[in-house]
Order: sequence, then C-alpha cells, then structure tokens
Amino acid sequence: MSWILTVFVIIPVLMLGGLWVAKNDNQVRGVMVAGSTALLIGAIWLTIYFVQQRSAGNTDAMLLANSVMWFKPMHIAFSVGVDGISVVMILLSAIIVFTGTFASWQLEPMKKEYFLWFVLLASGVFGFFISTDMFTMFMFYEVALIPMYLLIGVWGTGPKEYSAMKLTLMLMGGSALLILGILGIYYFSGATTMDVIELARMHAMSKTAQNIFFPFVFIGFGVLGALFPFHTWSPDGHASAPTAVSMLHAGVLMKLGGYGCLRIAMFLMPDALTMWAPVFLVLTTISVVYGALSACVQTDLKYINAYSSVSHCGMVLFALVMTTQTAITGAILQMLSHGLMTALFFACIGMIYHRAGTRDVRYLGGLMKVVPFLAVSYVVAGLANLGLPGFSGFVAEMTIFVGSFENAGMFHRVATIIACTSIVVTAVYILRVVGKILFQTIPNKKFYELHDATWDERFSIGALIFCVAGLGLCPLFFENMIIDAVHPIFNHIMDYVPTLGNL
Amino acid sequence: MNYSDFFKMIPEASLVAILIVLFVADFATAKTEERKWFNPLASVLLLLNTFVCLLPMEAQTAFGGMYVTSASVDVMKAILSMGTFIVVLQSRAWVEKSGKEGEFYMLIVSTLLGMFAMMSAGNFLMFFLGLEMASVPLACAVAFDTYRKNSAEAAAKFIITATFSSGVMLYGISFLYGAFGTLYFEDIATKMQATPLTIMGLVFFFSGLGFKISLVPFHFWTADTYQGAPTTITGYLSVISKGAAAFTLLSILFHVFGGMMQYWHVLMMIVVVLSITIANFFAVRQGELKRFMAFSSISQAGYIMLAAIGNDWATSVASLSYYVLIYVVANMAVFTIIAVVEQNNGGKTNIDDYNGFYQTNPRLSFLMTLAMFSLGGIPPFAGMFSKFFVFMSGLNGADISTTMGAWSYAVVFIALLNTVISLYYYLKIVKAMYIKHADHPLPTFQSDCNSKFALAVCTAGIMVFGVFSLVYEWIAAAV
Repeated sequence: MSWILTVFVIIPVLMLGGLWVAKNDNQVRGVMVAGSTALLIGAIWLTIYFVQQRSAGNTDAMLLANSVMWFKPMHIAFSVGVDGISVVMILLSAIIVFTGTFASWQLEPMKKEYFLWFVLLASGVFGFFISTDMFTMFMFYEVALIPMYLLIGVWGTGPKEYSAMKLTLMLMGGSALLILGILGIYYFSGATTMDVIELARMHAMSKTAQNIFFPFVFIGFGVLGALFPFHTWSPDGHASAPTAVSMLHAGVLMKLGGYGCLRIAMFLMPDALTMWAPVFLVLTTISVVYGALSACVQTDLKYINAYSSVSHCGMVLFALVMTTQTAITGAILQMLSHGLMTALFFACIGMIYHRAGTRDVRYLGGLMKVVPFLAVSYVVAGLANLGLPGFSGFVAEMTIFVGSFENAGMFHRVATIIACTSIVVTAVYILRVVGKILFQTIPNKKFYELHDATWDERFSIGALIFCVAGLGLCPLFFENMIIDAVHPIFNHIMDYVPTLGNL
Repeated sequence: MNYSDFFKMIPEASLVAILIVLFVADFATAKTEERKWFNPLASVLLLLNTFVCLLPMEAQTAFGGMYVTSASVDVMKAILSMGTFIVVLQSRAWVEKSGKEGEFYMLIVSTLLGMFAMMSAGNFLMFFLGLEMASVPLACAVAFDTYRKNSAEAAAKFIITATFSSGVMLYGISFLYGAFGTLYFEDIATKMQATPLTIMGLVFFFSGLGFKISLVPFHFWTADTYQGAPTTITGYLSVISKGAAAFTLLSILFHVFGGMMQYWHVLMMIVVVLSITIANFFAVRQGELKRFMAFSSISQAGYIMLAAIGNDWATSVASLSYYVLIYVVANMAVFTIIAVVEQNNGGKTNIDDYNGFYQTNPRLSFLMTLAMFSLGGIPPFAGMFSKFFVFMSGLNGADISTTMGAWSYAVVFIALLNTVISLYYYLKIVKAMYIKHADHPLPTFQSDCNSKFALAVCTAGIMVFGVFSLVYEWIAAAV
C-alpha cells in the first residue's frame, strides 16, 4: 500500500507518454479524459480511505508514508505521505485538472502540445502535495512553475510574452530564495535528512538561524501566494493566460504558496514567528485590502478576478500568520474554497470572452438575455466569491475572521478589523460587475447572435458549481479532516512560541 | 626508468593507441569513399576509451610522483572522454565537407590526451606540459575553417591569450618553486604556508587556469573565439576544455594549496560572483547564438567553480564532476542543434533566425527547449540537480556566524538570483522558437543521422542523469 501515493505522479507521467504518441485531437482528448478521470477517482478514493483510517483510530502524522533513498550522499529521499491538508489539496487539484480538461476541449491550435505542458504542470502540483521531503517538494514546485511560461506565452492573449516572462521570472526569483532557505534549514539543523516531519521533530535550528532563514522560505512561497508586494505577476499572468491555465493557476498553483508557508516555514521555524509574524501580518493585511480595492477600479474581467485572487490568497497567508488553530484551519478551507470558486470564475470569464470577443466591462452588457447559462454561473461564482452563506467562500472567510479575532493582541485585532473591510469591498466590485455585464441593455448588435454554453463547458461549470455549493453546505466533512492535520502542526508551533496565539 | 610504469597510465595509453590508429588510417586511405569510415572509427574508439576510463583502477603514482591517478581523476576522464565522443559523433557532416578528417580527429584526440595528462599531474612541470599539449592543437582546431576569416581571427585570439596566460602561470609556478624548492604537489602541500610570495604564486597560477576556464576577469577572448571557431570546436571548447581545467583547478587548490584555504576561498568567491553576474548581463544582450552561448558558458563556469568555495574535497569534487557531466550533455545538445541548423541553412546562427522554428522543425526545437531548460536549472531535467548539488557543496561547512561563512551564503544567494537572470535569456531562445512569429521561418530539413544519434545521447543524458540518482551516487562513491 505504501507505493499508492506515487500513483499521483505516475498517472501524469503515463499521460505525458500517451499524449506524445497521440495522433489526432480525439486521441489527445481521450488520453486527457482517461487520465484526469483516473486522477479524480484516485483523489476521491484517497479522501475516503483517509477518513476511514482516521475513524478507525489511525493516528500517524502522515498516512501512506513511504520513503525511498534517492541521493544518498546528499541525504535526499523521495518521501511521500499525506495528512488532512494534503488530502484536500490533492482532491482540489484533481477536480481542477478534470474540469480544466473540459474547459480547454475546443482549444486551438496545437492541442497536443498544450496538453503536454498542462499535464506536466499537473504532475508538479500532485508531486508537491504528496511529498514530505524538502528537496522533492522543491523539485515538484519548480516542475509546476515552468510550463506556465509556454502555456501563457503560446496560447495566451493580450501582452502574453511580457506577462509570461514576468510571471516566470518572479516565481523563479521566489524559488531562488527558497533554495537558500532549504539549504539553510538543512545545514543549520545539522540533519542527515531533508524530511519535513523528521526535521520538525529534531527542531535543532538555533533561534538566530531561524530568524535568518524564515523570511527566505516564507517570501519564497509567498511570491506564489501573491504576498504584497510580490503579487504583481498575478494580474498580468492571469489576464493573459488561456482559460484552463488561469483555472489551474489560480485554483491550484497559488495554493502551493500557502501550503509551503505552513508546511516548511512555520512548521520548521516556529521560533522565528515572534520576530517575523508582525511584519508579514502587515504585508498580508495590505494584500487583502489592496487587492480588493484594486479590483474595484479594473475594467478587464480577468484583471478584476486576478486582483480578487490577490485579496483572497492574501487572506490565506493572513490567517496563517495569525497563528490560532481556527485561523489556520480557515486558511486551508480558504485555499480549498478559493481554488474552486476562482476556477469557476475564470471558466465563466473565459467562455464569455470566447464568445463576445472582449473582456472589457465597459463594452459588455445584457448577457443574461443571450447566454443565460453562463450568466447564471457567473452570478453563482460572484456570490460565492463575496461570501454568501451556502457557498464555500462564506465558510472559509467566517472561520478565518473568527479565528483571527481569537488572537487577542491589540495589533492582531486591528489587523483583523482592517482585513474585514475587504468583505464589503468584495461585494462592491462583484455586484457592480454583475449588474453591468449581465443586466442592462445589450450594447452591441453582435451579442444577439451569441450561443450559450456547449456540453463540455456546461459539464465543466456544473462540476465546479457542485463542488462550491457542496463545500458551502456541508463544510464539516472537510473541516474535520483539516483540523485533524492542523492540530499537530499548531501544537508544534505552540510548543516553541506559546505567547503567539494567546487564546 | 621503470617501463612498467606505463601500465599505470591506461587511459593515456589508450588515447595514444587511438592516435596511432588514426594516424595510420589517415595514411592508408586516399579515396573519399574509404574516408567515410573515419568518423565511425573515431567514434567507436573514443567510446571504447570511455569504457577503458571506467575500468576500476587503484590510486597509484608513476614516474616518481610525476603522474598520479585517483578514482576521482578517472571519473572525470571518463566524463570528458564521453563528451569528446559526442563531439566527434556530431562533427561528421562538417568534417567530411572539409575533407581533412585525419587532421581533425588527431587534433581532438591529442588535446584530450593533453587534458588527461594535466589532470593526472603530480608535478607542476607535468601539469604545464599537459596544459600546453591541450592548448596548441586546440588553436589549430579553432582555425580549422581555413576559408573563413573569422575562424583564423578566433584562433589568433585564442593562441595569443593562451600563450600569455601560460606565461603568467609559469611566473606563478616559479614563485612557488622559489618558496618551496620543489615542484611536486605532495611536497609543496606539506610545506604550504601563506606568505606574500606564495599568495602571489597562487594568484598568478590561478589567473593562468582562469583563462582556460574563462572566468571573469580572464574571459575576454571567449566571445570572439566561440563565435569565430567552427561550431563543433566551440562545443568542444565550452565543455571539454573547460571541464578539464575546472577539475584541475579544484584539485590543485585542495591538494596543493590546501594550507591556505581561507585565501583562495576569498579569491574564488570574488571570481565566481563576477563571472556569473557579468556574463549574465552580457548574455542578455546577445543576438548571435554562438556568442550568446559563449557568455552563457562563462556564467556556467562560475557555477562550476562554486564547488570550490566548499570545505570538503569529496563533496566538492563530486558535485563539480557531476555538474560537468550534465553540462556536457546539455551544452552539446545545444551546439549540435546550432551545427545542424547552420549546415542546412547556409550558416545562420542568429537568435532571430530561430523565430518560428517550432512551426517547421518541432522535434529539434523541442530538444533545444529541453537543453535550455536543463542549462537554466529547471527540473525534472538534469541541470537542476547539478545546480542544487553545487550550491549544497558550496555551503558545506559554512558557519554563518563567521564572516567567511556568511559570505559563502551571500555568494550562493547572488548565484541563485543569477539563475533567474540566466533563465530569462535561456527562455529568450525558447520564446523565439515557440512564440515569436516569422514570415519566413527556417525551412523544414532533415538532420544527418550522426547528429540525430548525438542528440539522442544528449537528450537521454538530460532526462536520465538527474532523475536516476545512480549516476550521481556512482560519482560520489568513486571519488
């Protein structure tokens, strides 16, 4: 059984092979559907298995753990294992890859090459979430980043060359910081392993070393999590990317950032939180509010959603540095929820753009009359985004703000109140856009001829709405899994910095 | 003199045997169709030589300490021999056009012999002999395209800087002789202490090898020579010659100057930072692919020498050898593609010529992309592993609370930031091939089967040498 997690890397590799030999579009689609369905089934099985194991009283920190020595002289092992957080992230990735496949069903040109890079990206994401070894995690992290360059550069729209290069270089800059952080952790722990769990158990880094290397790791991952002021790649990148790539990127890839911040930076260097948490709290509060305010003044639908992502992903990091158990749980829920609803949002925007030929709010209007299915989906995505009860956004944001308020420090309270204002701002930019582009009169004669979503688009959107509403209506299932994993991490942090989350 | 000592020099003896075979073959064949066998012959012989180098041999000395072998040297010899095999393999189309097969293969093999001698030297005289034996035939090879003016110019620049650097190096060696009264590595190492005289000796000696590795500030010849030399030779210069010199430098620093480590650590840190940074900034601005690769190779040389700021010989030499191995396959893939494009399209080597290359030659551009990713350090290709290990070995034993340790971290950090810049210019090539639009992209063409084979070997290396840890573990276990 211990090999089973590797399946999540093996399936994408097999898909790559299948795509390589595929001769025409239908074969490419066949490989994609087969592969992404297999991944989804695998992820669902993993979730059920995980819950069963936990209810059967299995209390291992990492389930299905396995470790194979890889580069022995460098103490690098290929270690895998999952806890509640990784399981929900794997499930999220599988859903997005699955729906992303359908969202790019009719993509032209060079479908085969597109899916090759798409699957490479997916393999990096899955590999990252199953790994528990710092080197392996880092390797998969980079595997997930580089295909973005070609996906945006070749298949994107607008100033795609600029956006692709900016995105790649900024994220690679983050990973440069990350390498130094990883090497610092390795050498200053004096360890003979790079395994995260093992390193946390040792906790051998001096306080000074932790203070030095914490920002490297946190910013390194924070760049991907759209930490202010390193978020500028995100609007450009998302706006230029093709639909499914935006979905995958905002939906899954940005979650690698928050996951890494928690799993490596905070878990391995808790002492540094005393010094650095206030700094990052300020930055993330800015992310949250600034992202929301910027979204208000944008006119391009994708830019609006990209800034909204900055705001929501900022909330993930914000909740993490709040360091209360509820807030961290909320952060993971927010990753899950934001992944699903942003994917839904980008899918809707991509489909509208595909039809209307513009994403500019000023030139759109009355879409409810011509493309009702897409318009209603857009409303659903918008409402989920602004945190309407019943959808996933509400659950996540509620948990985050309740958790943040639990932290009784004056500084933390003020930051929480400031961050809360973003909820109102979110409502402003969502409702304004919904009112402008979906209702009112139709400004352009051409729009009368638009046709509504095709079956593949409906399928993809329907699946996402199902997930968003599902998470909103019965959050407890996932919340229990997440708390189960957050609990030991939080306790580990509290062992070293008991004053941080004074409840 | 004990003639049985020759049996201890198996790799060199095997190369001499290859030289003799090639020499005889050159005499024996007159007709063009007979000469068709030249390339396969040379390739097979070099491949055999690689296996000869892989034979397990005991560490031993010959000729009274003049010649020293050790497992790490043998590993490096095997790597370089394999690299030369790739060079010879892909050179076929170009060499046959020139009609001077005999000379070419003999020149290449004799430079390799020189490098082997240099790496195995146990004495500064032997070392110098090997170095010159490698330089002079290489200059002839650079001037191989006699009908092209800039090939001759490149050779002139190469030979002048090579002679000059040899002179400077000899001066440094004479300082060391003056200080210690001996030229044997072992004897010097036991007596080594930092005095102004030995520090001067170190600096002069280092600048000589710095020219070979083309580290900043000794890099001025590189761009012109790389651009002017025939593409095959440029590839050879950038990987084999550089790898041999880098290995020798590391080995001499640790084994001869081991007693003054804190001095050469400072020296190496400065040189590494300068090489990587300056070369990167120049590479960004290049429009000619061979010139671009020249600056890229200077920056890669900086990364190779990053291994020298570590404290531990075993880790450093393992990561350096591994880096050279990966660099050989990735860089030779690039140069093979440049060579086939050049031959099939009348000498086009500008980056702009590659616009829209993917539309017409998808496979070649895909391989080029893999090679660029590997050079830029993107996983899962081998380049990322070699870069990571070099960083690791550079930080080995660095204590951040001391000034030197903190500086090691700073140097590695600068090198890391530079990987982002290098990624930018490697992606520029990818961008040209995939994204840029061209009205008249290079036409579709079929590359010759030797180049295809060379590319297959290189691509296999790029894909396999990283992910399958056996290669690295073999190197690390051998040294």
